[in-house]
Amino acid sequence: MQPDLECVNLTRRFGDTVAVDNVSFEVPRGSFFSILGPSGCGKTTIMRMIAGFLEPSAGDILIRGGSVIDTPPNKRPVNMVFQHLALFPMMNIADNIGYGLRRAGMPRAEIATKVEQALERIGLPGIGERKINELSGGQKQRVAIARCMVLEPDVLLLDEPLGALDLKLRERMKVELKALQAAFDTTFVYITHDQSEALVMSDDIAVMNEGRFEQVGSGQDLYYRPDTAFVAGFVGDTNRWAGRIERTEGDGIELRTDSGMLMRGAAHGRVLSAGDRAEIFVRPEAIRIAHSAEELSHFDNQMTGRVGSILFNGAASRIIVQDSSGNGEIEVNLPQSGEFSTLTRGSEVQIGWSGAQGNCFAAAVS
Amino acid sequence: MRAEAKLGFILLLSPLVVWLSLLILIPHIDMLLVSLRERVGVGEYRISLANYLTFINEPLYLRTFIRTAMMSILATTITLLIAFPVSYYIAKIARGRVQSALFLLCLVPFWVSELVRTFGWMILLRETGIISNLLQALGLVDGPVELLYNDAAIMVGLVYTSMLFMVVPLVTTLESLPDEVIEAGYDLGGNGISVLREIIIPHATPGIVSGCIVVFMLSLGNYLTPIMLGGKDSLWFTELIYSQFIVRFNWELGAAFGFLLLGLSSFIVWGMLKLTGQSLEKTMG
Amino acid sequence: MIPTIPQPRALSLAYTAYIIAFFVFLALPLVVVAVFAFNDSQFPSLPWEGFTWNWFFGSERPMIGVFHERPILRAIGTSCFVAILVSLLSVAVGTSNAFLFNRYRFRGQGLLYVFMLLPLVIPGIVLGISILVFSSRVANGLWDMAQWDWEALRPGLLLVILGQFSFIATIATLVIGARLQKFDRSLEEAAMNLGANRLTAVRTITIPYLAPAMIGAFVVAFLMSFENFNTTLMLVGSDAPLTIAMFDRLKEGSTPLLNAVSLLLMIGSSLLALVMIAFQRRS
Repeated sequence: MQPDLECVNLTRRFGDTVAVDNVSFEVPRGSFFSILGPSGCGKTTIMRMIAGFLEPSAGDILIRGGSVIDTPPNKRPVNMVFQHLALFPMMNIADNIGYGLRRAGMPRAEIATKVEQALERIGLPGIGERKINELSGGQKQRVAIARCMVLEPDVLLLDEPLGALDLKLRERMKVELKALQAAFDTTFVYITHDQSEALVMSDDIAVMNEGRFEQVGSGQDLYYRPDTAFVAGFVGDTNRWAGRIERTEGDGIELRTDSGMLMRGAAHGRVLSAGDRAEIFVRPEAIRIAHSAEELSHFDNQMTGRVGSILFNGAASRIIVQDSSGNGEIEVNLPQSGEFSTLTRGSEVQIGWSGAQGNCFAAAVS
Repeated sequence: MRAEAKLGFILLLSPLVVWLSLLILIPHIDMLLVSLRERVGVGEYRISLANYLTFINEPLYLRTFIRTAMMSILATTITLLIAFPVSYYIAKIARGRVQSALFLLCLVPFWVSELVRTFGWMILLRETGIISNLLQALGLVDGPVELLYNDAAIMVGLVYTSMLFMVVPLVTTLESLPDEVIEAGYDLGGNGISVLREIIIPHATPGIVSGCIVVFMLSLGNYLTPIMLGGKDSLWFTELIYSQFIVRFNWELGAAFGFLLLGLSSFIVWGMLKLTGQSLEKTMG
Repeated sequence: MIPTIPQPRALSLAYTAYIIAFFVFLALPLVVVAVFAFNDSQFPSLPWEGFTWNWFFGSERPMIGVFHERPILRAIGTSCFVAILVSLLSVAVGTSNAFLFNRYRFRGQGLLYVFMLLPLVIPGIVLGISILVFSSRVANGLWDMAQWDWEALRPGLLLVILGQFSFIATIATLVIGARLQKFDRSLEEAAMNLGANRLTAVRTITIPYLAPAMIGAFVVAFLMSFENFNTTLMLVGSDAPLTIAMFDRLKEGSTPLLNAVSLLLMIGSSLLALVMIAFQRRS
């Protein structure tokens, strides 16, 4: 099936800086696609080019197979939910939602019906006469989406719309947005710097850094099989050590960190050889903790250490383990069974993990 | 309130009360009383509406009154039409240094006295003035042309003099409109005209109202510009007030005129606020 | 119609041209006034008779320059005197009003605030005559009751100062009140927590915070007073401030002397405004 949105070699320069550097991607019909990256990575620039508020320096943007490069923003079959929502404060809710339909020249009565339907769809029937500032943050969010969706766009762009909400509401809106996308069955392109938003909602995620896409894939791909050190470090929490490779053996490697710890990891097909500088990433939840070394005998990384500090955070509690030399620090998730809840600072613990969990990347040349 | 707070309150309240009562409230009541008395003999007065009747029965007075109001409304409209695109440019199109420089340039002429500005227009417009000479040099006219002492000259002067008071509130309100909202208007299919009509102008309404109120007021109460640019027979209502007070020494009639001017200006200001659902605190404060 | 929305080239060019035309319109009268201050002629108009400094420094008839023209110099002095008094009075009352409206909640506050704004919507000439009428009634009353002729209540500088103050005080209140609104009251509480009493806290914390607005209000008040015409016209006595003196001369026919005075005014007020802007940038 033809993709809803396709960007081909998209490039945008501002003076000497390249904000978007030769980016190509496709978004299949009906999917939820996220662009995830730190602020300043160029994701907003991509979005504004798709919406038509910025002209690309090079490359093409196709929507349902047709180039929209020469189409002004008001004629493009894409709509945008702005970062601060940009609801029109001078109009009531019904007029906000009906705005685009009025522009399209739809008869009044029909607009009224459509608006009422849209309000029902977002679970806010009968509030059309209210003012924008009478709505809560989450309700505004839904109105902003409805305002776009009544126009039945081919692609809906969302520019970090959850950024302004508080934490609890943000969690709820993630679920709600995903449900709205399914209900409207429209292609969503979502940009965010919050990995949890991207992971929870998206079918596909592009991780962006310094104007380029580092990796495009599902949440699981990014989390378990990162292609680059940036993705490994940016998506999810992780231990990260720099060091030198001492030995390689097939896909497995042995690396000594700069803090002096020796550990096994995996190259996952990347070319690495002994003597190279490298970085290794191990997720805290991949590391097991035990009272005795025997329980960990099946792991190829084993270590004895002391509890440096305990970071209690309910189900996400962690400890920081100091290795025997006292130089190396390792973050380890505590099992949720509560079996280690009596640990105190200074207790001796055994930890171990499988070498396959230690993602190894050549260190950036610098 | 505690005693200390009460003392502070009274200390802060008294200058305000003294100022507003002695310089605003009582003088205006007094002026009203003076306008309502008729001189029947030396030092003898009685209460009557004679002064207001004189106003109604003397065609010249009434005509001048209406003419002043109409010209002021026209001047306000022209000022708004000229200032809006300029304010929009400053608020939404110019960026960074250019923006602040343009805004500052708008303010410059108003740091100098109205007299100087009017004087400048006299030098430009009069028979021996720059524009007349320019037209002759270009061969567009044969002899010197007098561009001063007509209604158009008054209009130019009024618009010029009030420009700042329209530009500043407009720039302030337009600046507070996020670019995002304008972009959303286009994104949803709007074009320049519909975005202007449905988004920009409704957003700018408080600025438009306060700009129009001030400009209207200033035009209505202007004395210098009509006298200097419109000549002796410019028929501006403030001239009537001045001549009753200072030349003819008929304070009763002058006070009545003053009250009529005040009434007209209050009525128009009130009407404009009502029409647009704004309040004086919001527009002025 | 913002830079991010593509527009036809012709439209944006026309728009730019309009903006340029507007600023030419704005600058034209002032430039003309300034240029003719240097015309070596009895009239501030064409033909151009050559360049001269005489309208500033000339000391002989017929070209007596500003700096040798006593009446004009005296009028400038009068204007400065009036403007300084009006500004001091306005800033003092404005500060007091700002505190009143910011710190106290009392019955009739909203009404009083609207009333405080009214001087802005009363035509200047009406303000002038109302004060003229009232002051002369008081003066007459004093004479009738006590045979006391209080000269200050007749048209003259006191009335000019009061008349200008009556509406400039509103502007000072608004300027200072806007800044006080932004003041974080916990700073005062912190000062009291550290041992200051309420008055000391206001003096050492709040007033320094308000200082830029108070200076700004002073400068604005000074300029407004200096160039006020309408109210002053109705209340002026024998000591005419500059605008009135110039007006009287202009009625008799103008010489480039007036251009020279105007140019000095422009320079003076621009400098004052620049100082104010620089000061506000710094804080």
